[in-house]
Amino acid sequence: MFHFVLRRLASAVPTLFIVVTISFFLMRFAPGGPFNLERPLPPATMENLMRAYHLDQPLWNQYIQYLKNAVTGDFGPSYIYKDNTIAELIGKGLPYSIQLGTYALLFALIGGVTIGTLAALRQNSFIDFLVMSVATTGVTVPNFVVGPIMTLIFALMLAWVPAGGWGDGSLKFLILPVITLGLPQLAVFARLTRGSMIEALHADHIRTARAYGLPAQVVVVTHAMRGALLPVVSYLAPCAAALLTGSAVVESIFTIPGVGRYFVLGAINRDYTLVMGTVVLVAIFVIVFNLVVDILYGLLDPRVRHD
Amino acid sequence: MTFTKFNIRAAVLLGSLMLAASPALAEAVLHRGNSGEPQTLDQSQTSIDIEAFILKDLYEGLTIYDAKGKIVPGVAESWTVSDDGLVYTFKLRDNAKWSDGSPVVAEDFIFSMQREEDPKTAAGYANILYPIKNAEAINKGKLPVDQLGMKAVNDKTLEITLERPTPFFIELLSHQSALPVNKASFEKNGADFVKPGKLVGNGAFKLVEHVPNDHLTVVKNENYWDAANVKLDKVIFYPLEDQAAGLRRYEAGELDLVYNFSSDQIKRLRDANPKQVHVTPAAATYYYPFDTRTEPFNDVRVRQALSMSVDRDFLAKDIYDGTKIPVYSLVPPGFENYGEPSKADFAGMSQLDREDKAVELMKAAGYGEGGKPLNIEIRYNTNPNHQKVATAVADMWKKTFGANVTLMNLDISSHYAYLQEGGKFNVARAGWTADYADAENFLNLNVSTNKTFNYGHYENAEFDALMKKSYEERDPAARSKILHEAEALIMRDQPIAPLMNDANLWLVADKVKGWGDNANNEHLSKYLSVE
Repeated sequence: MFHFVLRRLASAVPTLFIVVTISFFLMRFAPGGPFNLERPLPPATMENLMRAYHLDQPLWNQYIQYLKNAVTGDFGPSYIYKDNTIAELIGKGLPYSIQLGTYALLFALIGGVTIGTLAALRQNSFIDFLVMSVATTGVTVPNFVVGPIMTLIFALMLAWVPAGGWGDGSLKFLILPVITLGLPQLAVFARLTRGSMIEALHADHIRTARAYGLPAQVVVVTHAMRGALLPVVSYLAPCAAALLTGSAVVESIFTIPGVGRYFVLGAINRDYTLVMGTVVLVAIFVIVFNLVVDILYGLLDPRVRHD
Repeated sequence: MTFTKFNIRAAVLLGSLMLAASPALAEAVLHRGNSGEPQTLDQSQTSIDIEAFILKDLYEGLTIYDAKGKIVPGVAESWTVSDDGLVYTFKLRDNAKWSDGSPVVAEDFIFSMQREEDPKTAAGYANILYPIKNAEAINKGKLPVDQLGMKAVNDKTLEITLERPTPFFIELLSHQSALPVNKASFEKNGADFVKPGKLVGNGAFKLVEHVPNDHLTVVKNENYWDAANVKLDKVIFYPLEDQAAGLRRYEAGELDLVYNFSSDQIKRLRDANPKQVHVTPAAATYYYPFDTRTEPFNDVRVRQALSMSVDRDFLAKDIYDGTKIPVYSLVPPGFENYGEPSKADFAGMSQLDREDKAVELMKAAGYGEGGKPLNIEIRYNTNPNHQKVATAVADMWKKTFGANVTLMNLDISSHYAYLQEGGKFNVARAGWTADYADAENFLNLNVSTNKTFNYGHYENAEFDALMKKSYEERDPAARSKILHEAEALIMRDQPIAPLMNDANLWLVADKVKGWGDNANNEHLSKYLSVE
């Protein structure tokens, strides 16, 4: 197991290198640069800026310099948010995004698996139809519609919760953004769980367990659930990526100071270093989550072993 | 004994009741929406109004704007100008202090402006101070920084020598890039001098907290010379990148001020709270330059025809819900030293007459229906409102001239990089916001030597000569006349079609007092209070 983790982490290095290289050059193909603004800069100023940020050097030099610095954890200064380095920007924003993402993931996972199981146990009943209709709605209605509508109802009309901001990070500030971010994922988890649970309930070993006269709860939770959760677990990695990118919209709707906004802002503003920083962040995130999923698979499915 | 005890208790009770009841003792906090996250709090790097609002609360320049947008003395309590207009002598306030208690001295301004012009600083707005002697040469690395035309006669007397007479120099000094930097803090902290706990300012407020993309808190600076007149204890700036989100937070009562909300909300907001909606014409122009290097846009008749056939009333009223004003001049209205701008001759005609005239002109030029085909590409930076404007203009040109109009949009960086690097085009969208309250700021965009800003590469020797003359003219009335003549040439030749005057949109809650609408969009928190 330990060797497996080590091997996977080692293979992450070349992956990251390729990701960094491709994004570095792709970014530079886009016309314009970080200092081409609506309010144009005089040529002398532009020259001074290009020199100060070493953008006047050949691209290859810049690339090698970037790699050298990145290895030591220095991702450079932001060209747009000039008072901060990329490490500072991401360091300050990431805790908010991680909290928001974690709560949304838990909300989606627990909520989705619970209602998916309920629907499977009462297949084709009223509850089943209700759950599946809600789930379909959750997937199809985008978060930039759900968020503002919930804010209008719960913050403006009922005044139960604030309309935005992080505040002190307490439940009242978090509840709307967590639901908005988690809802589409909850719907996916519910559908996945329902499908695999129905299948699991018809499996031979479940019939055997039932025949032995085991209590229904034990049959469902201990035996059926284990197999039914496999598709759910494999969806965790794409789900985490979706939460990360979804946070760009949700953070902006609820004015939360996370890193989501940087994905979009960096690219639009040609903030080269910020784009690279976010790309590396997402890459690390996906690599780590895939590893977690593989480990969970080993624990849940006796046929998968990481020796 | 018991009697005394009772008395003390009663006194404490009474005292606490008074404390709770007296509003003067409650902390006065202003929740101030800002239209985004400041990219920097460094005087040399700042470029946008988001930063100006914060920086002008944290620092005070030699001159400042009052609540009505008029220039008034700041750190400089008075100044004199030499007869040739080249030497300005400022008398600094004796009681002007930094937030750490040390005095603000002439040397502070010299240090800050030398730093601004130092090519190593790479200041984005270094050109604002180019009127100072040697500034441009220093910024281009041709002279050492100590050659900047500034001298501290003594701690409280600052002498600035100019390269050439600059009638708007006093306005320039109020720009946020001309704010002083605390030398001691800068030398100790380096680039980190902008961070809370390290930032030493001389403004009405001082920085205490900054959570990027969440809030930035400033509190009253007791060392500020005019602290006795500052009514707010605390101002919290909220970056509201998402305009709709900002509006929701305002309506939920979480914000007292919101800047630049979406114009399609204005009808609803006005119906609900007419007094809270403030629409002020801004010193900014929305215009379409024509590429005067390419056919048929090198023909003045074609440019005039295209410009006059645009129904500006439709754009301003139907697309922007009256939050913009139709214009027929490049310089926006509202500059005190300029007055009414020189308008295009078709400004006084009705839209129908304009169209008739436009068709005639186009026919004379030999394009459009019955002539050579008129193919026009409108380039604009990606934005829903710009798209609506371009679509409407395209439709007007199709209807009036039977032109074949195509639209092309790029993201903002690509769009402006293309124009600034001299890329060829037909018609493009552009906007310009005044850096200082002077017409020169706009007219200078069309000088033939201005390769970066003169997108359409308009060349007119007569215009260039007038502009040159305006810099040498010291009499404000005569100078204004020269600039009007220059603008009249631009409006005759139409190298650009001015379309609309931007407006600044603010939502001001009823409890905010001391608010003054002004074209310069200057709103220092020191003038505001909350009830």
